[in-house]
Amino acid sequence: MKKLRKETKNNLITYGIVILTYIIVQILVATGNMSSLMQGLLVPFCTYVIVAISLNLTVGVLGELSLGHAGFMCVGAFSSALFSLAVKDSFTVAPLRFLCAILIGALSAALIGFLVGIPVLRLRGDYLAIVTLAFGEIIKNIINAIYLGIDGNGIHISLKDAMSLGLSEDGRMLIKGAQGITGTPHDSNFTIGVVLVLVTLFIVLNFMDSRSGRAVMSIRDNRIAAESVGIDVTRYKLIAFTISAALAGVAGVLYAHNLSTLNAQPKNFGYNMSILILVFVVLGGIGSMRGSMIAAVLLTLLPEVLRFMADYRMLIYAIVLIVMMLFNWSPDAINMRKRLMAKIFPKKSQKEEA
Amino acid sequence: MKKKVLSVMLSVAMVASLLAGCGNGASGEAATSETTTEAASNEDAAAETAEGGTFKIGGIGPLTGGAAVYGIAEKNGIQIAVDEINANGGINGMQVELNFQDDELDAEKSVNAYNSLKDWGMQVLAGCVTSACSIAVSDKTAADNMFQITPSGSAVDCVATDNAFRICFSDPNQGIASAQYIGENGLASKVAVIYDSSDVYSSGIYEKFATEAANQPFEIVAAEAFTADNKTDFSVQIQKAQDAGADLVFLPIYYTEASLILTQAKSMGFETKFFGCDGLDGILDVENFDTAVAEGVMLLTPFAADAEDEMTKKFVETYKEKFGETPNQFAADGYDTVYTIKAAAEKAGVTADMSVSDICEAIKGVMTEISVDGLTGEGITWTADGEPSKAPKAVVIKDGAYAAM
Repeated sequence: MKKLRKETKNNLITYGIVILTYIIVQILVATGNMSSLMQGLLVPFCTYVIVAISLNLTVGVLGELSLGHAGFMCVGAFSSALFSLAVKDSFTVAPLRFLCAILIGALSAALIGFLVGIPVLRLRGDYLAIVTLAFGEIIKNIINAIYLGIDGNGIHISLKDAMSLGLSEDGRMLIKGAQGITGTPHDSNFTIGVVLVLVTLFIVLNFMDSRSGRAVMSIRDNRIAAESVGIDVTRYKLIAFTISAALAGVAGVLYAHNLSTLNAQPKNFGYNMSILILVFVVLGGIGSMRGSMIAAVLLTLLPEVLRFMADYRMLIYAIVLIVMMLFNWSPDAINMRKRLMAKIFPKKSQKEEA
Repeated sequence: MKKKVLSVMLSVAMVASLLAGCGNGASGEAATSETTTEAASNEDAAAETAEGGTFKIGGIGPLTGGAAVYGIAEKNGIQIAVDEINANGGINGMQVELNFQDDELDAEKSVNAYNSLKDWGMQVLAGCVTSACSIAVSDKTAADNMFQITPSGSAVDCVATDNAFRICFSDPNQGIASAQYIGENGLASKVAVIYDSSDVYSSGIYEKFATEAANQPFEIVAAEAFTADNKTDFSVQIQKAQDAGADLVFLPIYYTEASLILTQAKSMGFETKFFGCDGLDGILDVENFDTAVAEGVMLLTPFAADAEDEMTKKFVETYKEKFGETPNQFAADGYDTVYTIKAAAEKAGVTADMSVSDICEAIKGVMTEISVDGLTGEGITWTADGEPSKAPKAVVIKDGAYAAM
């Protein structure tokens, strides 16, 4: 057997985990061993896994801090929901319509990511974080102000209120300002979600292993050295940032088509969400796609399984988050884990040391 | 290589145990919440539990975050009604159990809350508190054919599915009713509107108000919006209303902002009439608010805590005793919701062993036939599309209290 490269093997393990989880879940569902709560959470799991991987591309691979990722998710969600709602009656082949919606969501998020990236990627570190935070809020606020309707005369758009659209009798409202979009077809399901997770992983892992990916990582590790060997810094940064935005858009599409109502609130598309996504990435390990996936699933699940605690739920959630961070990333905890591993598997660690 | 294989196996085992653990966790969790609600409900009722089984009502609303006031009030209102019903022998001899879950004002969390209530064994849903969550959940209840009645989801789409009903007025109804009331009673000829464009409730009422105003003998001279991000200083909006010569200002907003507007208008020397919707209910209880400023404010509300009828008095007394606050209209909506479920379930002869779908079909069938005397209206009836029909009451604030007009 030809010996596989270490990276390839590692990537295959990541895909394997996703596929195995999918199979286990399907068996549990088929045998009726899964609660409604868990079944309802399956699509959100996929959504947050995708968005966590996409942010990990920006934070872990590109090495820049983005606090506006919920904004890109928002763009993907709204553009695709708008499309699905507009063609709901005429385009009835659900999987094909959803495929179009995914492409539209990804492309519009990529476009916004590209436009935002042009000015933003000239900044570094904290400055980039603050500007992306602002962009996330701008996107949310613009969407909250848009009124869009369609009638026999075409599309009407206004930033003031629904009356100024002047829709004729047969017209219908698509986006109602703060009320958002209502009546999106329910096209997301777990199978599509898992396929999208696999596609996302495939894109990101292969990008990391590609020529462009290595260029991006060299910029992260030493910008001056990268420039000195002739790497076009802005170009590669933009590529990574745009891919990241597009994938966040895909997560938004999945989100929008899982609920019949969609409105941009601080809770789902505000900076709180952006920071939550960053928490997934940091907890799971910056640069580790597998870690982000597990962290996203764990942290989405946690508040739901804590429901029995009623009023103390969010308090316990916060404490558990702190404990998990400490366990994962405190140097003492890491040493302790290593010692434990050495005790359990004495042979292996000796071999590794040697 | 061996280590890799081992790590794969370990991680698979971890994921599997995690997922399996969740399945078990959910059932264990259901058991705990059952015991807590049972303990919370009347002790003397517990003895009768065996007779007709239990009837499980679920509720969903924001218990944490910015909108928690509404969710908590509604939960308390529902709790009072459930306790009363249990003390009086339950519904068809069934004891009522309540489980109210937090949705943090997020549609996705609301669906999660619904699923977790389903695991608990909920038979009828009294929720959700807010419009967007209610719409998202009604999509799921329709798929499961579970009867849903929202106490305060006022957006039109909340009752779009045929298994969903509501207690409160819809937004358009409030807007139209307000415009008609102002027009028919000749309250004003020039009206200014100050509304929250980032809020579904407020912009929903404003839209219909403006549409209906075209048919009424007054004109809208100014329509000024604010958003959730800047709702402390209203001098610009008030100034514009004043410059336009408005003799009435329509405030389809919640009472916290309204109290600021009233105070600021007073200090700017803008003497005019103010007219609001049910969101203004509660304005007299705002802390550090000079109620003299609110003198003469008119509002269209289904519920006033100061009403003199026996039922309201009793409810307000119990609420104050239990929760130490004056109930607002959300609490009243929650209370009426439970009694509506009771009336419908009794009429339809619902029993505890019926399936969720059968209960839904049975209750749906009789919803148009029942009439409920509640806190938010007398003789409330429903149409098959889920809308309640009740007369809006207009009240005016006189000497620091609500008085009927």
